[in-house]
Amino acid sequence: MRAVDYDKYLRAAHVPHIWCPGCGHGIALKTMVRAVDTMGWEKNDVCMVSGIGCSGRAPGYVDFNSLHTTHGRAIAFASGIKLANNNLNVVVVTGDGDGVAIGGNHLIHAARRNLDITVLLWNNTIYGMTGGQVSPTTPLGCKATTAPFGNYEHSFNIAELVAAAGGNFIARGTVHNPIQLEKLMVQAFSKRGFSFVEVMSPCPTAFGRRNKLKSAPAMMQDLKDRSIPIAKALKMEPDDLDGKIVTGVLLDRDKQEYTDIYRNLVANLRGA
Amino acid sequence: MASMDTDAHVGPVLMTGNEAVAHAAMKAGLGFFAGYPITPSTEIAETLSAMLPRAGGVFIQMEDEIAAMSAIIGGSLAGAKTLTATSGPGFSLKQEAIGYACLTEVPCVIVNVMRGGPSTGLPTLPAQGDVMQARWGTHGDHPVVAYCPERVEEAYLLTLKCFEVAERLRTPVMLLMDEIVGHVTERVIFPVKGAFEVTSNRETTLSPEDYRPYGYDQQLPPPLVPFGKGYRYHVSGLMHDETGFPSSDTANGDRELRWLMSKVENNREMVIDVELVNMEDADIMLFAYGASARSAKGAMRLAREEGLKVGLFRPRSIWPFAYDELKAAAQGVKAIISIEMNLGQLTNEVKLAVEGQVPVVPFFKVGGEPVLPAEILETIRGV
Ligand code: SF4
Repeated sequence: MRAVDYDKYLRAAHVPHIWCPGCGHGIALKTMVRAVDTMGWEKNDVCMVSGIGCSGRAPGYVDFNSLHTTHGRAIAFASGIKLANNNLNVVVVTGDGDGVAIGGNHLIHAARRNLDITVLLWNNTIYGMTGGQVSPTTPLGCKATTAPFGNYEHSFNIAELVAAAGGNFIARGTVHNPIQLEKLMVQAFSKRGFSFVEVMSPCPTAFGRRNKLKSAPAMMQDLKDRSIPIAKALKMEPDDLDGKIVTGVLLDRDKQEYTDIYRNLVANLRGA
Repeated sequence: MASMDTDAHVGPVLMTGNEAVAHAAMKAGLGFFAGYPITPSTEIAETLSAMLPRAGGVFIQMEDEIAAMSAIIGGSLAGAKTLTATSGPGFSLKQEAIGYACLTEVPCVIVNVMRGGPSTGLPTLPAQGDVMQARWGTHGDHPVVAYCPERVEEAYLLTLKCFEVAERLRTPVMLLMDEIVGHVTERVIFPVKGAFEVTSNRETTLSPEDYRPYGYDQQLPPPLVPFGKGYRYHVSGLMHDETGFPSSDTANGDRELRWLMSKVENNREMVIDVELVNMEDADIMLFAYGASARSAKGAMRLAREEGLKVGLFRPRSIWPFAYDELKAAAQGVKAIISIEMNLGQLTNEVKLAVEGQVPVVPFFKVGGEPVLPAEILETIRGV
């Protein structure tokens, strides 16, 4: 692994982080820092935006322009930032509750507009910060504090949602495979337009303990066991992919980007 | 009208209150508008959708009201002067984000063209039922500044004032305009010709190491340096210290909340704006604001013709409430008639201001009919 000067990016006065021992979010954060370093972005030009939940704390730990917003609205705040200053590299960190329950509408519409921001959705399939309530990505049958007899709702395939809405780049990785995850993040950051990376990140505290994955290593093993690279998944029957985590680049296309369209409009109006 | 250039017309022109708000916002240097269609405020968005791209600014129609409010906070943090416009139901939806802007001290302007409520209510009819929501709509103690124009020209002037106060106090400022002023077409002479510079509170002489985005012991908040200028600070809706980082220290929380309230209280002379008419010899004081105040003025003229000594106290600034100014104006009057297109929301504040020393007679009208001078005159005669 390439050496990265993490001290350059972490806010020394604000670490250690509040995440539980064994939480996947620390790996997700480290991987993101590595990806930013690979991009060679100036710290002044990076803006990191989050909502509420365990993922919401991420921007506070990194030495960028950082914004910790209201529950579910990070993408809407980020849209305002990007539109007011197109030079900023805007990265949203959100979670499954924040990003596809209370904030789902903003995810859909940012993808539709193809606004040039990157959304990293750290999916731990539970509401961790509030102690383990069922989320839109909790698998059917799994237990949560608000699903004591097992979840009786189907869960979201977020990547399919973002694809249908119009996202330009969609990928999925896990914190079990940070090398692949870093590559996916770099690709997402490099992409002009709306890019989206779903990061499967274990929550041993609020999810694992209730679902026969009592330790952090057990959760990591579970991520590993369920991961299938996209190339292999394409050759499998849909039924065989039930409960699997398909990883890699799931979609990559080149729709015209929102601010490019708008800038052209402004140039035409002002030139005329 | 919507395609009109801001500087090309200094008047007189015919314009609605909604259009005047859009023109004034452009004059104030608006760089970013995010909105969502809702009657009776939609013309503000429509007008700006034509003006902003021509001026090189950004117009965006967001997916919902919450997104529009969130986006203007983000846009402001990135350095733009920002605005959103809405009405009753949309104003309700925006409340959480308004509280966020209060706590994070991000300047922005919110126009609420008031229609009949609650709920979907009377979308096309006027009301003044959101004045208390403007004060206490979001949870927790927080500062609020709100203005209310009585006519189109004033909608223009007060919009400029909203931007000015938002920047200087670093707080969301509201323009509460009843549907009558929003939709009435009047002859307007743009009161500000040529250059108009709204204060911009975005630059610091401090180095990034010394800069603090928050300060709790000054008369005015420190400048809010835009994201991307080399000052990599943190903004959070959690209680925070001067650096912007979360703090669960209870003493800090106490200090922060008291600061937020005091920054408006300590700058009342910047914010408070009232009109007194014929109060020198008045024994009856009419209290009215927005379009209702125009009817009150009509009633006052009619009453004076009958020899009744009637005056008017009209707050242009609704919040903070002008308690001291009202109390001083009410010295020596026999009664106050409080006129509102709601069931007595600000009337309670009027009563608080005069501390029981002057009787306050209610004149409340709801249901969507504007207040008529003749109706007020009848009440005056009966006092
Ligand atoms: S509750 Fe779960 S997601 Fe939150 S910090 Fe703990 S382990 Fe991580």
